Amino acid sequence: MSRRDFNIAAMPGFATIAIAAFVLLYMPIVTMVIYSFNASDSVALWGGFSLRWYAIAWENDFVKEATVRSLVLAASAAVIASALATLAALGTTRRKRFKGQTFIYVMINQPLMVPEIVTAVALLIFFAAIKKATGYTGLGYLILAHSAFCVPFAYLPIRARLEGMDLTLERAAADLYATPFQTFRRITLPLMAPGIAAGAMLSFVISLDDVIITEFVKSAGQDTLPTYMLGQLRRAVTPEVNAISTALLVLTVLMLTAFFLLTRKRG
Amino acid sequence: MTDQAAVEARNAARHYGSGQSVVKALDDVSLTIRKGEFFTLLGPSGCGKTTLLRLIAGFETPTSGQILLSGQDITDIPPNKRKVNTVFQSYALFPHLSVAANIAFGLEMLGRPKAETAARVEEMLALVRLDQMADRKPAMLSGGQQQRVALARALAPGPEVLLLDEPLSALDLKLRKEMQLELKRLQTETGITFVFVTHDQEEALTMSDRIGVMRAGKLQQVGGPREIYNGPVNRFVADFIGETNFLTGTLEAGRVRLPSGEMLDVPEATGQGEVTLAIRPEQIRIDPEGALEARLTQTVYFGTDTHCHLQLKDGTEIVARLQSPPSGDVGLSIGETLRLSPVPGSVQVLEGD
Repeated sequence: MSRRDFNIAAMPGFATIAIAAFVLLYMPIVTMVIYSFNASDSVALWGGFSLRWYAIAWENDFVKEATVRSLVLAASAAVIASALATLAALGTTRRKRFKGQTFIYVMINQPLMVPEIVTAVALLIFFAAIKKATGYTGLGYLILAHSAFCVPFAYLPIRARLEGMDLTLERAAADLYATPFQTFRRITLPLMAPGIAAGAMLSFVISLDDVIITEFVKSAGQDTLPTYMLGQLRRAVTPEVNAISTALLVLTVLMLTAFFLLTRKRG
Repeated sequence: MTDQAAVEARNAARHYGSGQSVVKALDDVSLTIRKGEFFTLLGPSGCGKTTLLRLIAGFETPTSGQILLSGQDITDIPPNKRKVNTVFQSYALFPHLSVAANIAFGLEMLGRPKAETAARVEEMLALVRLDQMADRKPAMLSGGQQQRVALARALAPGPEVLLLDEPLSALDLKLRKEMQLELKRLQTETGITFVFVTHDQEEALTMSDRIGVMRAGKLQQVGGPREIYNGPVNRFVADFIGETNFLTGTLEAGRVRLPSGEMLDVPEATGQGEVTLAIRPEQIRIDPEGALEARLTQTVYFGTDTHCHLQLKDGTEIVARLQSPPSGDVGLSIGETLRLSPVPGSVQVLEGD
């Protein structure tokens, strides 16, 4: 390579650092996946290949219940958060720049900046008051909490999609006799749909993964998959946790693949 | 073309901001555009021509004044209820719809029967010569083709007036020339009133039936291309349309005394006092009997003609455009002193700036 061009890949130690970083990122996951097929009772000693822990997890009623709860929660949060984020994104992008726009962005993205533990404690106190007043202890609190912290994750891809859309498109539709509703239905919505789907999927994954807020907000017997696993770790650790984690990993990878396919720029 | 009004602006104004920092994008403009004419709004960027177009389309409402379409006040009618269609500078084709679906959009929104819409789309595709492209997405077309789809889409619903917002500015020179002819052809064939916005004076001169020259939110002059070119009302119009030499002097009974003391006959001028004269470069002749003495400082060969840069006795720089002889050499040498005279009747006397 020429001396004049700066190329970070040619710097000494670049390859070493890159490989070390990838090993650090992926070795633990690979280890976990491998040990999920461990026949022995230990998470650290290899006792031969077996699907035993998958079978045990599958038969475990706590796991089943937690899985259903996690999926219901993630789906609800994804729908609510992406609906709210769609409105927020329309309001912040489909118009000329306005005073305080940056402030609105920051407000919408609050959950990304405030430490999660702070939000968790705040929600715990807030919901405790409501619980006392109403006596309601259902899944509603978790759905509300998850929907709230998923909004910025849904908002980002939707906003990105809308910002790439020429504002003149809606003008053109109006010019061609479309009412505001027809314009939204025929032009804006179809064009932003991939963004909404991406936002919903990202929200789903984020919700599925959440421990801190769920742990603080959940009522008794409302374990999600992550909080159930955390509970298990406090007692005896078995490769059952590996098996559940691997299943979650597969689901997440599928969702993220779909996310990238949807947000990829199309010719 | 008839004398009926297609579009009228009555004291239309559009202000942005308020108080001391108010910007008058459009400052009390009154204008009548006739049915069936190709009308061009011409001016530099920021002169208000696009603002006026948006007021006609309905994307903006005037701060004061009225907009009329075929005699009806449409000032407060939203864009989707105006029988006006727009060709946007960015084309604004719907990227998720095929060429045919783009063209059909306006007709569908008007609730026209499916068969009628399909037939009209066919007709429009033929009109803009894109029959083969009906199923393509806009992104798969060239800039010139996208431009033609935008035209077809805007023409399909049969608007009373077609608004064109600098539609050729994104095309390269050769394509632009082609589209100028194409636009003129479409306008003649359809008989629809075209309101065309541009900053390109050549485009305006070649295509328009009439031109409205704008500056700083105000209409400067309205007239046919020849009228505007040969009889600009002020220095701005003379300078913006084509090239012009400006001379200043004092008018005394049909003659103008230049700072050098030379006298130029301007029989058509009346009144007296300080005046600005505008003379087109192609209207200056080398004439041994000419009233003006000048020194040749430079010649620039342009093929069909040669631009001679000259300095008058008082130091004023002017340009004379001489037709190139077959040899290509006008036979003048740099530094030579010549006598010049304007072609009789070609000198414009301008008031103000």
